[in-house]
Amino acid sequence: MNTPNTYIGGHVERVEDARFLRGAGRYIDDVTREGMLHACVVRSAVAHGRLVSIDAEEALAMPGVHAVLTAADVTGEIPTIPFRRPNPKIGPYAQPVIARERVRYFGEPVALVLADSPELAEDAAELVLPEIEPLPAVVTRDAALAAEPLLFPGTTEDNLAAVFTAGKGDAEAAFAGAALVVGDSFSTQRQTALPLETRGLLAEWDADAQHLTVHGAAKLPFFNRRAMAKMMDLPETSVDYVEHDVGGGFGARGEFYPEDFLVALAARITGRPVKWVEDRREHFAAIAHSREAEAQVELALDASGRILGLRGEMFMNVGAYVRPNGMTPVRNCAQFMSGPYRVPNIALQATAYVANKTPAGTFRGPGRYEGSFFIERLLDMAAARLGLDRRTIRQVNLLTNAEMPYPLAQIRPSDGSRAETSCDSGEYSEAFHRCLQAFDWEEKEKLDGRLIDGRYHGIAVSCFIEGGASGPAETARIQVAGDGGVEVYVGSSAIGQGLETVMAQIAADTLGLPMECIRIYHGSTTYLAEGWGSYGSRATVMGGNAVREAALALLARFRALAARRLGVGEAEVSVVGGQAVGPDGAVLDLADLAAEGLAGEAKFLNSDATYTNGTAAVHVAVDPETGRVEVLDYVVCDEVGRIVNALTLHGQVTGAAVQGFGSVFGEELPYDDDGALLVGTLADYLVPLATDYPRVRCLSLESYPSPTNPLGAKGAGEGGIIPVGGAVANAVASALRAFGVAPNHLPLSPARVWALLNPPD
Amino acid sequence: MEITLTVNGRAQALELDPRTTLLDALRDHLQLTGTKKGCDHGQCGACTILLNGRRINACLTLAAMHEADEIATIEGLAPPDDPGALQAAFLHHDGFQCGYCTPGQIVSATGMLEEARAGWPSHVSPNLEAEVALDRSEVAERMSGNLCRCAAYTGIVEAILETAEQERDVEPREAAE
Amino acid sequence: MKLPAFDYACPETLDEATALLAEAGGDAKVIAGGQSLLPFMAFRLAAPSLLVDLRKIAGLDGIEVADGEIRLGAMVRWRDILDSAALARALPLLPAAIGHVAHYQIRNRGTLGGSLAHADPASEFPCIAVLCGASVDVVGAGGHRTIPADELIAGPMETTLEDDEIIVAVRFPRWPEGRRWAFDEFALRHGDLAIAAVAAAYDMDGPHIAHARVAVMGATDTPQRVPPAEDALNGRAPDDDTFGAAAAAASAAIEPTEDLHAGAAYRRALVGTLLRRALAESCAREREAAE
Repeated sequence: MNTPNTYIGGHVERVEDARFLRGAGRYIDDVTREGMLHACVVRSAVAHGRLVSIDAEEALAMPGVHAVLTAADVTGEIPTIPFRRPNPKIGPYAQPVIARERVRYFGEPVALVLADSPELAEDAAELVLPEIEPLPAVVTRDAALAAEPLLFPGTTEDNLAAVFTAGKGDAEAAFAGAALVVGDSFSTQRQTALPLETRGLLAEWDADAQHLTVHGAAKLPFFNRRAMAKMMDLPETSVDYVEHDVGGGFGARGEFYPEDFLVALAARITGRPVKWVEDRREHFAAIAHSREAEAQVELALDASGRILGLRGEMFMNVGAYVRPNGMTPVRNCAQFMSGPYRVPNIALQATAYVANKTPAGTFRGPGRYEGSFFIERLLDMAAARLGLDRRTIRQVNLLTNAEMPYPLAQIRPSDGSRAETSCDSGEYSEAFHRCLQAFDWEEKEKLDGRLIDGRYHGIAVSCFIEGGASGPAETARIQVAGDGGVEVYVGSSAIGQGLETVMAQIAADTLGLPMECIRIYHGSTTYLAEGWGSYGSRATVMGGNAVREAALALLARFRALAARRLGVGEAEVSVVGGQAVGPDGAVLDLADLAAEGLAGEAKFLNSDATYTNGTAAVHVAVDPETGRVEVLDYVVCDEVGRIVNALTLHGQVTGAAVQGFGSVFGEELPYDDDGALLVGTLADYLVPLATDYPRVRCLSLESYPSPTNPLGAKGAGEGGIIPVGGAVANAVASALRAFGVAPNHLPLSPARVWALLNPPD
Repeated sequence: MEITLTVNGRAQALELDPRTTLLDALRDHLQLTGTKKGCDHGQCGACTILLNGRRINACLTLAAMHEADEIATIEGLAPPDDPGALQAAFLHHDGFQCGYCTPGQIVSATGMLEEARAGWPSHVSPNLEAEVALDRSEVAERMSGNLCRCAAYTGIVEAILETAEQERDVEPREAAE
Repeated sequence: MKLPAFDYACPETLDEATALLAEAGGDAKVIAGGQSLLPFMAFRLAAPSLLVDLRKIAGLDGIEVADGEIRLGAMVRWRDILDSAALARALPLLPAAIGHVAHYQIRNRGTLGGSLAHADPASEFPCIAVLCGASVDVVGAGGHRTIPADELIAGPMETTLEDDEIIVAVRFPRWPEGRRWAFDEFALRHGDLAIAAVAAAYDMDGPHIAHARVAVMGATDTPQRVPPAEDALNGRAPDDDTFGAAAAAASAAIEPTEDLHAGAAYRRALVGTLLRRALAESCAREREAAE
């Protein structure tokens, strides 16, 4: 940086928050338009069946009901939702934006009711009667693999949407020469991100201009605009996605969903603004699910605990269709299961099968949480068999900075996203030691496995990497307004992560200005010609570096314009603190030159991932009679390359850890044998409350900047959730060692832990 | 039906369908959108408002039932230019991320501090008749009806504790009766 | 999740209210706090044509702790129970159980009459009413009657109330000096519906337990007393063996329900664990009070 750094790395309070504290945040349901219609989606109550007809007569007869749209209202082929990363096999499994002849999951949209009020729309939706001939539902892996029935008969020969392999070295040879092989079956349960604000959209069609505006964008507005323009047969410039405040994303919000198209179509057909706000009940069936994975994996080690190889199979239930990022958890689980460890030989296969359930997408730490759970369980099992300390078996395998860049497994088929990738920097044992020190492992170890006041205590440690900075690019534009204020436009999206603050910090430091001068505009296609968004822990690295480069371009322009104005050479002008100073001491402010077009633009290109590494340690107490596990202490230490904002980083990491507890202990989306989703309320979907968990202790290090970007930053925040499953399950296993239980299947709800101790006869 | 609601000290006549919840009346008919809807079935607390000073979920009551009541929402708690001690503490302790649960948290905390002042014991209070002393577990327990999916609970609890402590320092409690 | 359409009435007398209910012939519902009814309606599990709001009817609130009995008006809210020092002294089991009801926003609105009429098998108040042998006063278009709490509850979400009947009060017999009590509940998160809960009360006849009552909720399809567990307590010393025997008897006696969160075997075991712990706690409480 060419100016003194004052904000980056500081404990900077967030700039977004003043409006949130007054109730002045503006979320999608707070946006209204004169004359707008309200939409309610009619969803299939049958998981799998032939859609024979839809009787909307009674609904249409209701006063205040304007239309009931079905597949018949879509001209030509029903568009399908595009993939973010296409691969050769998944094509036929794409989701049509509305069901025409067949429904494939409980909750699949079959019609859209448009009415004067949300109440009337819901009343009318109850009267729309789809006639569906039920077909046998495919719910389990066995049924899916048996290909009986096929979900897509005629176009596919099996129910396998994709099979990925992750390979490295010669796994077969490694296993043949191993002193120890440990293996077992593991599983993680289906759940969802559940942002507190449900999804919502407001679409406006300007018939004169032939222009569509969609409010309610999040995560990746530019991709969705491209998709929408194609489906609507419009030029991209005729579609805008506009972002307002967003009540949480966590991977699920902001992908292209069927409702994106249906609401826009409704606006185009009726010529009126159309608003749809998902209710909580439909949210459970409509938003992308994630995490339903099973694994049979094994680890080969030498007698000292060094890992020689990793191999096995994983099966992911991706639901009825492949959604835009439905493959992300599948490939991630295979590619990143080796985590922060030196694993020279890898042969993993991850199969994505379709079944009659809600289509899957991502949830924070997609695939990485699952894979971390699998390998961390294997490491503790191996340590027990080898008689090694659970710390030692990790320590000898953690990567060192001297090995960087360290290649991870190659993923095949390549889907265009980092089929080959390497850990970038870091001495992974540093975060490990700092974590254990803060946790006070030696002291707590005295309690490990002991029964105290009716509860068994257990501790465990778990290490992780978190990939970040998803490529390929991000854009930013900075311009000086007439009042001297600096307007920063960035392609990144705000999904509640404190984006405005972090971008303002970076802009202010680069320009040498106080943060108060900076105004951040983000996430809408109206601001920039192209952009990417916020996913895969990328905003700080990709958006941040784009902002930095745009600021540097602006400074260069400032210098040039100032030199011209002062009639001196550029080299004679010094730029400091938002002022240009000539050789004779003449001073020009940014505002002085604003009228001459003082702006800078940048497209930051980067296809190398960053890898934050870290370690988590946990102390639990298990009540053997109720099966309740209490988390008594949790410490996570991560090495993030460069800390831009410690406050938001720690908020992200601790929040992710607590979400991880929700994943481990309670959140689950069960289905019955007919494919009906059994959870539709927040009374049954058990997200963590204020009372449930202790204060997560969080430490961050910045000793090893990422060589991939000028800021040296690494994507962070998801890391909090990745190690939780492995850490907690291992702590429960350690607590209950006297009983020899293997907590290999999540969630560890009280009933399940009790069942481990009281197996049915 | 016709109904007059008194919100943030202002009485306003409305023509409403009887099925309108208080939450929808505030948001859709009075344009007070600070009160948020997270679940519409009483499980998340995002719609917490004060009804005659007591915190309730606005989604679980009908507008028609509150003609005679004083309703306070986030917009009425503090003037725009002066955020108030609780709000400042939330900012300082990073008691949120996405901000969606925040109005409900602030209103709930306001009601909670009043309940504690009035000596209403919580489930975790050791003695049902003793004076209420707020600590971390008391505050967490009393705020358990407000879900924060970003899980900023640590900051939320610390912000409320700090506010309670400031209050105690500024206005010492009157001697127990 | 918008509520289905209905008419709304806010009568000022019980006569008017019961007449409205009678006229609607089963299509109407009474609304008091609305904390159970409105979520049901939001999910469109109930769609009454008329809601009859009780808020203007005099005489439905108030907690009266008299010599012979404790009278709680049907519109008494959970917060009122938790706020009442007199109740904490006279019937400490009740506030202890109500401390498990949902979260604070709900407790500020929910009423005991609503809870009884809703008859959720996982609700605390009906269980305590059953355990204590409370009487429920109801008024219908045809007049008054009194129903023992255990006869009011007919099944899960089901009561023996007629369509035009409104609960007006619940009366609990006063406890003798020195009666001991026990309550414990297991919910997945605090404030969630009980997976299982137990309540108990007993007197001491010299060194022995007498007049024991034990009730279970959450684990069974209605709140109910468990006579075998009571038999295992009566006439025995209040020690670990006795409590263990009562716990085993309770576990064996019940027919547990199953749902998403817990199977029958788990609930059966939980009931025993909770009862044993709660009974031990009832003795510990006595010892603390004696110190």
